[in-house]
Amino acid sequence: MTDVVQTDLVTLTIDDTQVSVPKGTTIIRAAEKIGIAIPRFCDHPLLDPRGSCRQCLVDVLDAGNGRGFPAAQASCTMTVAEGMVVRTQFTSEKAKKAQAGIMELLLINHPLDCPICDKAGECPLQNQAMSVGRGDTRFDGEKRHYPKPLEVTPQLLLDRERCILCARCTRFVEEIAGDPFISLASRGRNQQVAVYPEAESGSLYSGNVVQICPVGAFTAKSYRFNARPFDLVSVDTTCEHCASGCSLRTDQRHGKVRRRLAGFNPEVNEEWNCDKGRFAFASGHIDRVETPLVRVNGELQPASWPEAIRAAAAGLKKAGDKVGVLPGGRLTLENAYAYSKFARVALGTNNIDYRSRRGSKEEATFLLSAVAGATTPSYADLETAKQVVLVAFDPEYESPIVQLRLIKAVKKGLKVVNLSAIRTSRSDKLKAEWIPVEPGAEAAALGKVKLDADSIILVGERGALAAGALKAVVEAANKSGARWAWIPRRAGEIGAVESGCLPNALPGGRPVADVKARVDVATAWGLETIPGNVGLDAVEIVNAGAEGLLDALVIGGVELRDLPDPAAAMQAIDRSFTVSLENRLSQAALLADVVLPTALIEEQSGHFLNWEHRAGVVNKVVKSSAMTDLEILDLIATEMDAPIALDSTEKASNEWAGFGNWEGERPALETEPIEAQPEGVLLTAWSEPLWASAANDGEENLAASARAEFAALSEATAKSLGLEAGDEVSVSGDVASIRLPLQVREMVDGTIWIPANSRQGTLGELGAAVGHVVTVAKEGK
Amino acid sequence: MTDLLTPVLTENWGKDKSWTYDFYAQHGGFEAAKKALKMKPEEVMNTVKDAGLRGRGGAGFPTGVKWSFIPQANPKPKYLIVNADESEPGTCKDMPLLLASPHLLLEGIVISAYAVNCHQAYIYIRGEAAHVARRMQAAVASMYEHGWFGKDIQGTGFDLDVTVHSGAGAYICGEETALLESLEGRRGQPRLKPPFPAVEGLFASPTVVNNVESISTVPSIIKNGVDWFASMGTEKSNGFTIYSISGHVARPGQYEAPLGTTFRQLLQLAGGIRKGHQLKFFTPGGSSTPMLTEEHLDTPLDFEGLAAVGSMLGTKAMQTFDETTSVVRTTTRWAEFYQHESCGKCTPCREGTQWLVQILKKLEAGQGEEGDVDKLLAVCDDINGLSFCTLAGGAVSCVTSAIAHFRPEFELGYTTPAWEAFPYEKSALFEGGVK
Repeated sequence: MTDVVQTDLVTLTIDDTQVSVPKGTTIIRAAEKIGIAIPRFCDHPLLDPRGSCRQCLVDVLDAGNGRGFPAAQASCTMTVAEGMVVRTQFTSEKAKKAQAGIMELLLINHPLDCPICDKAGECPLQNQAMSVGRGDTRFDGEKRHYPKPLEVTPQLLLDRERCILCARCTRFVEEIAGDPFISLASRGRNQQVAVYPEAESGSLYSGNVVQICPVGAFTAKSYRFNARPFDLVSVDTTCEHCASGCSLRTDQRHGKVRRRLAGFNPEVNEEWNCDKGRFAFASGHIDRVETPLVRVNGELQPASWPEAIRAAAAGLKKAGDKVGVLPGGRLTLENAYAYSKFARVALGTNNIDYRSRRGSKEEATFLLSAVAGATTPSYADLETAKQVVLVAFDPEYESPIVQLRLIKAVKKGLKVVNLSAIRTSRSDKLKAEWIPVEPGAEAAALGKVKLDADSIILVGERGALAAGALKAVVEAANKSGARWAWIPRRAGEIGAVESGCLPNALPGGRPVADVKARVDVATAWGLETIPGNVGLDAVEIVNAGAEGLLDALVIGGVELRDLPDPAAAMQAIDRSFTVSLENRLSQAALLADVVLPTALIEEQSGHFLNWEHRAGVVNKVVKSSAMTDLEILDLIATEMDAPIALDSTEKASNEWAGFGNWEGERPALETEPIEAQPEGVLLTAWSEPLWASAANDGEENLAASARAEFAALSEATAKSLGLEAGDEVSVSGDVASIRLPLQVREMVDGTIWIPANSRQGTLGELGAAVGHVVTVAKEGK
Repeated sequence: MTDLLTPVLTENWGKDKSWTYDFYAQHGGFEAAKKALKMKPEEVMNTVKDAGLRGRGGAGFPTGVKWSFIPQANPKPKYLIVNADESEPGTCKDMPLLLASPHLLLEGIVISAYAVNCHQAYIYIRGEAAHVARRMQAAVASMYEHGWFGKDIQGTGFDLDVTVHSGAGAYICGEETALLESLEGRRGQPRLKPPFPAVEGLFASPTVVNNVESISTVPSIIKNGVDWFASMGTEKSNGFTIYSISGHVARPGQYEAPLGTTFRQLLQLAGGIRKGHQLKFFTPGGSSTPMLTEEHLDTPLDFEGLAAVGSMLGTKAMQTFDETTSVVRTTTRWAEFYQHESCGKCTPCREGTQWLVQILKKLEAGQGEEGDVDKLLAVCDDINGLSFCTLAGGAVSCVTSAIAHFRPEFELGYTTPAWEAFPYEKSALFEGGVK
C-alpha cells in the first residue's frame, strides 16, 4: 500500500482540541468531527450554507492570520484556515452570550405552543433553547401573528408563527428537489414562507420539508396530532415501494405505524425520500385478510390455518406440474427465494415469473444473462460520471431518489441525455438533452449517442417494451466502455431476478437450460433433478390458465390490473385451483380458492435489493403473529411432502447467499422481432407514483397532492386530429377507453402520452400497450 | 466662507438645462474621457489609485484598489455597477447630482469601464426615484446617440453598453451583494462572502460596484491630475465631497467641500442652526453613523477624524437637530426605518429591530419601565456585529449613541411621554408642521 499524502488538510484548534480537515470545510463541520456540537438551525450539511439564523456563532480568536474577530462569527459559513483558533459555547463566554442572545431573539416571535406542537420532543428549537438559551425571556411585547395553519399542499400544513425563517425548506425544494413550490417572500419582520400560486402541484419530495424543518412550522396532515415523539418506537428499515432502496425510519405506537421518515443513508438516499415512501403506508389495513379463507360451495369462508394449508397442499398436489406461480415484484429477497424454491421443489415446475407488469421474452434473457449478479454502477458513480443516458426511464417517477442524485450530479457538471418520446419537466430539471425517440425505437436511437468510459446508461422497466433495446444497452456499453444499470420500478424486482423467480433462471443467475446449473441447484435443494425446460412466463401462465391448460396457480402480491391482460388473469384464476398469498382482499384473492394472509411489510424482516443490487435491511417494526410468504410456503410444501425447509427469514437469507453467482455460460441476448403496427397513434406511457396504485390506498392527502392526469400530443399531431390543448379526449385500447384533458407538449409526432396507471384504468385494463396503436378521439371541451 | 466650497461635481447645479448632452459637452464635458481613452487602462487605474480617491458611498474603500481586484485573466465578462440606491436617511447627494449633471456620471462610467476592461455597466437606481431613472435613461440615450456608448465608442475600438435599472425600493439594495441579487432578478438580500463581487459578482462574473459620487469624481481626476486632487482634503482622505445638510439649519442643502472640513464650517455655510436655537445633536453620515454633539463641532469630517471620535463618515449626511428635538422620538423613527428596511434574512436584524422599536415606542409614550434603557442596550449588544450584513449595525448605533449622549432623556420615558417633554410642534421645520 502506498502512502497517500493529503496535501489539502488544514489544522485548526477548536476548544483546545486540534483537528485536521480538508480545506474548504466550515468550522461547524470541523467541530462535529471532534464531537463538538455547535447549535444551528439554517445549517444543514446537504444544503448550501446560508448563515442566516446566526445560532452557530463562535469566538474566532485567531483566523489563521494571527488576528481574531472582535465579534462572534457564524461557524456554518466560515471556512477553516491553518492555525485558526476557535472557541465555542463550551469554552467561550463571548460565544455563549452570542448564542443565548440569538436564541432569545428567535423566541421573541415563536409561540410557546410546544404542548400542542407535533415537533415538541424532537424539536431542534426546543432542544437548543434548553441547551444554549437563557431559560427566561426579557421580551414582554407583542408577538407576530398569522392565521394558522396555512394549507401549502393537500399534504402539507404551515404554521407561519412557528417558523424561524431558516430557509431549510425553501433551499431543499430549490437545491435538492428542483421543485420550488415554496419560497421566502416579503421582507423584514413580514418575511414568510409563501406558496407559488402558479405551482402545478407540490412536489414528489414535499414531505422532506417536514422532516428538515427545525421547528414545528411544517407538519404533514396525515401525522398532525397523531402521536408524540416520545411515545413512538422507531425502527430503521427499508422502503418497500420502489427500487431506489431508501432507508427509512418507521415510527410505531401501540402496534400501529404512525409515520415514516427518510432514514440516514449517505450512500443511497442521503437524508431524503419521496412522498410515496413517506406517506403511503396505510393500505395494508384497509381490507386486510384477517384469517385464512377457503372456498366452500363457491364462497370464501374463514378457515383455520391447518385447514387452509391442507386445502392448498391438496389442490396443488393434484395439479402436479400443470401449475403456474406469479409471486409479484414486491417481495423481499427471502420471500422471493422461497417462491423460487417452492416452484421447483414443491411443484416441480419452472412456470414462475415475478413480472406482474408487461415484460418480454428478450427481457427474461436479459434479466438472466445481464442483470442477475451484475456489478452495476452505484449512486456515487452517478455523481462522478460525465454523462448519463436515460433510456425508457423517467427517474423522478420510476426511481425518485435516482432523480435526486442526478440533480445533485448535474450541479457538479454531469450531462444527461434523455431518450424519450416526450420532453418532460423532470428531464428539464436535469438540464437534459432531450432526444425525441418514437416508442419502440430506443435501440436505434441509443446507437447514435456518443458514449465513453465516463458514461452510464440507465434503462428502465419500459426497456422491455422496445424490441432490442435491452440488448442494445449492453452492447453499446461493451463497445464504448460505458457502464449501465437496469432500474426497475418495484422494490422486489432485483431480488426476484437474483433468486430465480423467472421461468429461465435459478438462483444466482443459473440458467434453467444449463445442466450444470441445474445440478448445482438440485444438489443444494436435495432434489434428484430440476425440470430442464424453460417454464412459462407470466403472459403464458395467464393465457394457459385462461385456456384451461393449467390446473393450479399460486399468486403472491399481484394486482391483476397491472398485468398486460387482467381479464385473462381473472379467467385463469377462475378456471384453476388458485392459492393466493395476500394481505388484502385483492382481485386475485377474491377469486382464489384458498387465501392465506401474509404479513405486512412492517410485520416482517428481510432484505430488498435495490437497483444497485445493494441490500437494504427490512426490520420488523410492529409485533405480529402474521406469517410471511416464506413461512406459509414452507407449511404448504411440508404438507405436500416436498419440504422447502425455509421456516425463517435467516434460513432463506443464508441459503440464497450460499449460491453465489453463476460463473458459467449464460444464454446470449436476443431481440424479438418488432411487431408491425397498423397506421395510427402510437402509445407511450409510464406509471407515476401518486396515481392509481394499491399501495396508495387510504392516503387521501397523498392522492390529492398528485398532479392532475392528462393526455399529451405534439402540436402537429393534435392539429392533424383536429384537437387542441384543453380538449377532452378519449383514448381507447382494445378493451376500454379513458377520457383525459389534452395537453400539447413537445413530443414525437404520431405518439400520445397517457398515464399507465390512470385512476380510470391501467393500460392492461384498456387493452393498450406502449409502442402499440391506440385510438384517440375528441370528446368535447 | 464660500471660498471653502470646491464646486466640481456641483459646479453646474442650477444652471439652465445643465442635464442636457449639449450643455455638458459645451462646458468641458468629455475632455477627461477623450484623454483616458488614449491612455492604457492600467494607467487610468493607477491614476485613480494614486489620486487616493476613496469610495463616497460610506465605507471609504480606495476606488482604484477596488478596480485592481478585478481578475483580468478571468475569461468571463467584467461588470461595472454604479450604486445609485441612495437610501440612507438624511442622504441627498447622488439624486441631485444625477438630476443636475447626469453626464458627469456617464463620462465617469466610460473612463472607469475602460480602466477595468468592462463592456457592460449598470446604473442601479433606487426604486422610489423614478424621476431620476427617467433622467438617466434620457442621458444614456444621448450618450448612445453621440457615440459614447455602444460599439467602438468614439472610434477607439472600445465597446461599452450601459443599462439603467430601477430597484424595487429597498434600503438593503444599497448593500452591494443585495444589489447584485436584485439586479439578477432575485429578492434583495445580501449574499454570503466570499466569493467577493470582484471575483464572482453579477452573474457570477467579476464585478466592481461603485457609488455615484465616486465614479462622477473620476473625470475630474483624469482631467486635472493626481496632484490637483490630492491638494484637497486631508492626508488620508483626499479630495472633495458633497456634504448633505438637513434639519434645523437656516439653509439646508448640499455643500461640496474638501474632506476634513469641520461641521462648524459647514454649519456656517448652511447659515447656522435656525434662528434662536442651539445645536443638540447631528449625524455625520446618515442615521447609521453614531450621532455627535456640540463637542464634535471641530472634528474634521473625514474617514480618520470621525473614526477617532467613534463615529463614521458614512454618506456625509448631517441630519441636524436643535434643542427642541426629542432624541427618543428621533431614535424611534430611525429604529422604525431599520425595522421596515431589514431584509429579514438573519435573526438579529429581523427580530432585533422589531424589539428595539417596541421598547422605544414605549419609552416615547412615557410607558417605559425601570430597566428598559438597559434592556435596549442589552438587545443592541445581542445584535451588534452578529448580523449577516451591516444593516443591523446601523440600526444599533443610532440607539447606543443616543443613549450614550442622552441617557436621562430615555429614562424620562419611564414617566413622561416624549411629546410632553419636547412638544413636537416646536421642532417642526415649517409652520403647521407635525403635531
